[in-house]
Amino acid sequence: MTVTDTPTVPAPRAKRRLTTSKAMVEAIAQEMERNPEVVYLGEDVGSYGGIFSSTTGLLDRFGPDRIIDTPISETAFIGLGIGAAVEGMRPIVELMFADFLGVCLDQIYNHMAKIHYESGGVVKVPMVLTTAVGGGYSDGAQHSQCLWGTFAHLPGMKVVVPSTPADAKGLMTAAIRDDNPVVYMFHKGVMGLPWMAKNPRATDDVPDGDYEVPIGKARVAREGNDVTVVTLSLSVHHSLDVAETLSAEGIDVEVLDLRSLVPLDREAILTSVAKTGRLVVVDEDYQSFGVSGEVVATVTDHDPGLLRVPVQRVAVPDVPIPYARPLEYAVLPRHDRIEAAIRRAVAA
Amino acid sequence: MDAQTRVSLYETMVLSRTYEEAILREYHADKGPGFDIGKGLVPGEMHLSAGQEPVAAGLCAHLTRDDAITATHRPHHLAIAHGVDLRRMTAEIFGRETGLGRGRGGHMHLFDPSTHFSCSGIIAEGYPPALGQAFAFRRRGTDRVAAAVTGEGAANQGAFHESLNLAALWSLPVVFVVEDNDWGISVPRTASTAVGSNALRAAAYGIPGERVEDNDVEGVYAAVGRAVARARAGEGPSLIEVHTLRLWGHFEGDAQGYRQDLADAPTHDPIPRYERRLRDAGLLDDAAVERVKASASERVEDAIRFAKESPLPDPAAATAYVFTDAPSAGGTR
Repeated sequence: MTVTDTPTVPAPRAKRRLTTSKAMVEAIAQEMERNPEVVYLGEDVGSYGGIFSSTTGLLDRFGPDRIIDTPISETAFIGLGIGAAVEGMRPIVELMFADFLGVCLDQIYNHMAKIHYESGGVVKVPMVLTTAVGGGYSDGAQHSQCLWGTFAHLPGMKVVVPSTPADAKGLMTAAIRDDNPVVYMFHKGVMGLPWMAKNPRATDDVPDGDYEVPIGKARVAREGNDVTVVTLSLSVHHSLDVAETLSAEGIDVEVLDLRSLVPLDREAILTSVAKTGRLVVVDEDYQSFGVSGEVVATVTDHDPGLLRVPVQRVAVPDVPIPYARPLEYAVLPRHDRIEAAIRRAVAA
Repeated sequence: MDAQTRVSLYETMVLSRTYEEAILREYHADKGPGFDIGKGLVPGEMHLSAGQEPVAAGLCAHLTRDDAITATHRPHHLAIAHGVDLRRMTAEIFGRETGLGRGRGGHMHLFDPSTHFSCSGIIAEGYPPALGQAFAFRRRGTDRVAAAVTGEGAANQGAFHESLNLAALWSLPVVFVVEDNDWGISVPRTASTAVGSNALRAAAYGIPGERVEDNDVEGVYAAVGRAVARARAGEGPSLIEVHTLRLWGHFEGDAQGYRQDLADAPTHDPIPRYERRLRDAGLLDDAAVERVKASASERVEDAIRFAKESPLPDPAAATAYVFTDAPSAGGTR
């Protein structure tokens, strides 16, 4: 910036406290107002309002021509979204659970994600694929996975994973406006659903009006000097809880919320680890071949010397998510495992 | 059916066959010694559509460039009949920077937004995107249609049935076309499908189903005419199966040891047969046939020349076009 530039001061925005789901719906509604080419389709997104409240109230506002219930035919309706996007519409298509990826994976990774590349950049696929992820409520092995590492592994789709209401809104706005396919993964545990255990952080300040949270920029959710926790989604909240507990003992934890896996903000990871020298990765997806390994490789590829101690990984230990609560809690990255990992890192 | 349309169907078929013969020649020119699929000016798998020209000619005669087609891994006849630029399509097949996909797609992945043409290497998975194109066309108040084409093997895939159901449910302007060439690679239709005609399956979705026998281009033209009129009028999708002929192998290099019908195949070639018909009707003579073939040959050789003279893509740009924004470099996404 030169001295003659006038700095842009953002207008102060009114803030209300909203749940994550209400913030997400607000973004969708605002974009639908702005752009008639935005439609939302999927299973039970109409009068039900989305099984995890992803579309509450939208049918009343926009009608069945834009909030569209589909048959249980993920291959057909996700493919329909692709065709509509290719023709210049901006469809948002909901895959009810990320776990159902298998019934329609071809449309997602061979078509939605590859058309732009295969066409040499000539055909754009500006669609958003939304999907609910995560466990912690005994829904068993086929309804509790995160699988974001799988989506992120396959090239051609951006993958965003908000943890806060404000980010849920800003990232959704950015996703709808993006010319690329964006997979928007919302954790059931951060939505603020009335029928699940309350996470107090699932309701928070949300700016009024429309704004974008840029896709690909991580957020320092808590500053600290002793150890970096790199994480995303519900685990951000667990990690913040643990960080507060440990601060009473003088352990100063920095929590980095990745916000998106593709693109991955490698700069933010390196900056934080360069400061603390200690890294804990918390990931609710499976451990092997996934996000935690990628985060660690980001550091070691750049400079293994940044790490003063070995990395700690807290992820699902490569088992299907069990049903019974003690079993499920044993494999998910919950407070106890996160705390133990941080203690190991700072003690080393 | 008027004389001009009949001759034009013939011309389209000849152009397509001329093209396939040229690709065949270029493909095999430098695969040796022996046969190395990854070698040569045209590397990789090659699925040629010789024998299936009546489907493309009969279908595309009813479509404009504003209508969409999603084709299969055997796409050339449909692309040519729909008016995809021959030079840029050929350049793509040759893996050149001037190709439709700048060499990123290849012959199974041709995308031409100017004619709404695309194809997919995955069986039946071109059907769902056609629904979306039809959805967008109707939503904009146009009478444009989308044609979704598969082979008969794909009619056993889930995507086929999900798409028929959804298109019927929402009355989408889609014309579903099945090219029944009797062979899903090496498996005959009789060993993969319980019903004799996939057109019967339309009944399960409450839409018209029609089978055209004998690889008859005028039969295809008539059936597609009914289906397109229905779609344009907002009456929803139709399913047409054409009993066609895969004259050559599933892919080039396929010795076809499994095929029982090969001895007869050349006598069923639809192009000389249709040519005789038009000669008998007094619509073609030696001079006219010669003109059609010479014109096709000129266009095809021009396209091949264009492809060969075009530059190969810069290896440093292999990671470009993953996303529309930030040009990506390996490992930093």
